Amino acid sequence: MDVWTLISFGPDGWGDDIAYGVLVTASLALATLPLGLFVGFMVALAKRSPDKTLRLAGDIYTTIFRGLPELLTLFLVFYGAQIGIQQIVRVFDPGASIEVNSFVAGMVALGAVFSSYASEVFLSAFRAIPKGQYEGGYSIGLSKGQTMRLVVLPQLIKIALPGLSNLWLILLKDTALVSVIGLADILRQSSIAARVTKEAFLFFGLACLIYLVLAIISSVGIGAIERAVGKADIQR
Amino acid sequence: MSLAGSPSETIDPPPPPARGWPRERIVGTALLGLWTLLGLGIILFLIRSWDPDLFAKYAPFYLSGLGVTLALVAISSLIGAVLSIPIAYARMSKNPLLYGPAYAYVYFFRGTPLLAQTFLIYYGFGSFRPQLEAIGLWGFFREAWYCAILAFSLNTAAYQAEILRGAIESVPKGQWEGATSLGLSKLQTLYKVILPQALIVALRPYGNEIILMIKGSAIVAIITVYDLMGETRRAYSRTFDFQTYIWAALIYLSVVETLRHAIEWIERRITRHLKR
Repeated sequence: MDVWTLISFGPDGWGDDIAYGVLVTASLALATLPLGLFVGFMVALAKRSPDKTLRLAGDIYTTIFRGLPELLTLFLVFYGAQIGIQQIVRVFDPGASIEVNSFVAGMVALGAVFSSYASEVFLSAFRAIPKGQYEGGYSIGLSKGQTMRLVVLPQLIKIALPGLSNLWLILLKDTALVSVIGLADILRQSSIAARVTKEAFLFFGLACLIYLVLAIISSVGIGAIERAVGKADIQR
Repeated sequence: MSLAGSPSETIDPPPPPARGWPRERIVGTALLGLWTLLGLGIILFLIRSWDPDLFAKYAPFYLSGLGVTLALVAISSLIGAVLSIPIAYARMSKNPLLYGPAYAYVYFFRGTPLLAQTFLIYYGFGSFRPQLEAIGLWGFFREAWYCAILAFSLNTAAYQAEILRGAIESVPKGQWEGATSLGLSKLQTLYKVILPQALIVALRPYGNEIILMIKGSAIVAIITVYDLMGETRRAYSRTFDFQTYIWAALIYLSVVETLRHAIEWIERRITRHLKR
C-alpha cells in the first residue's frame, strides 16, 4: 500500500486513529497544566514561607518528584493507586476489583512532576519581585491575599512565563510516556499502526513530526501570550 | 558593585521567628506529619513484606540493572559531548549552510519525545532491514542496547550543543578582543580564555542534563534493555510485589541526589576564586 493511503483518513488509513491520539495527547497535556500550575504555585508559597516546617515539607515534595524518573512516577501512581484503592475498597466490599483510569493516573503523575519543577520557577520569580511591592500593597490598605492577587501575581506571571513555557514543552513531550500504561495517545496509536502495517519508520517518523508540529504551535501560542502580557515593561 | 556591608546602608535583621502557632506552622506541621506518615508507611511496608528469598534472588539483578543504567548514561553523554562540539560550532556560525542543519537537528531532538526517538531508531530502522543488511549495519540496529545508546547520544548531543553554545556566548565579546590584541590565535583564545570561563557557566546545566539522562534512561526498559527500570518491571511482572517499585524509586532517588550534591560541591569548589 502506498504511503498516502496508509496515513489517509479512509478505512485503510490510520489517519483517523492517529488524529484521535493527537486529541488524547493534547487533552492530557491541557488537563495537567492547570493542576500542575496550581500545585506548583502552592509548593512555591510553602517553600518561601517564613516557617521552617512548611519549607521542609515543600522541599521534600520537590526532591522526590524531581529525583524520580517520570516513567517510574507514572508506574508508582498507576499501580500504587490501584493497589491502595483496592485495599480500601476491599474493606467494604471484598472481591471488588478496581481499575485506575490511565488518563487520571497520567494526569496525576505528570502533574506531580510538572508542579515540582514549576515550584522552582515560581520561587525564583518570587525572588525577583522587590519587597517594596508587598510593602506598597500593605501601605495602601490591601490585605495579604489582595496584595498577592492584585500586586504580586501579575508581575510574577510575567517573570515566570519563560520558565513555565519551557515546562509546558517538556510536559507535552512527557505525555508520550502514558502510552506505556495503555492510554491511546499519539505514540501508542502509531505503535499499533506500525505493528499492523509493518511500516514502523513511516509511523514513528510521523509521530515525531506531529510532536514537532505541536511544539511549533505551542511556541506560536506562547509568543502570543508573551506579547499579550507585555514583556517590554518588566524591564525595571 | 553592591554596597552591601557599607555603613551607609543598614540591613534589616531577619524578623524574629513567630511565636505560638500561626496558621503557617499548623499547615507545615500537618504536611510534615503527612510526609513522615508516608515515609513510615513505606518503611513499615518494606519491613512487613521483607522476603529474604526475594531479596537474594533479585538484588543481583537490581545491581546489574543499575550498572546498565549508569553505563548507558556515561557512554551516551560522552558520545553526545563529542558530537555536540561540531553542532555547537555550526549553530554559532554565520553560514546558513552550517547554521540551518544544526538548527534543524537541535530543534528536532529537543522538540520530540525521547521515547518517540528511541522507537524511531529501534523499530523504525527495522523497516530498512534489507538495506541495512546489505551495508552490514543490521547487527547494530538489531540490538536494543546499541539503538538505545544511539538514540540517547543523538538526543543529548542536541541538548549539550545548546548548553555549550549558551556558555560560550555568555562570555563577553571583550574577552575575544583582548585575547586577539595579545596575539593569541582563535583556537588558543578558545582554550585558554573562553572555555575556562564558559565551563563555569556550563557546569550546572551539564549536571542537570546528566540527571535528566539518568531519569530519562528509564524508558529504555520499554525497548527490552534490562536497565534498573527494566529489571524492576521484570521483577514486578514475576512477583506482583509492589515493593519492587519502591526499591527502584529509592535507588533512583539516591543516585540523583548523590549526583546533585556532587555537582553542587564541584561548583562551589571551582568558583572559589569568584567568592568575595
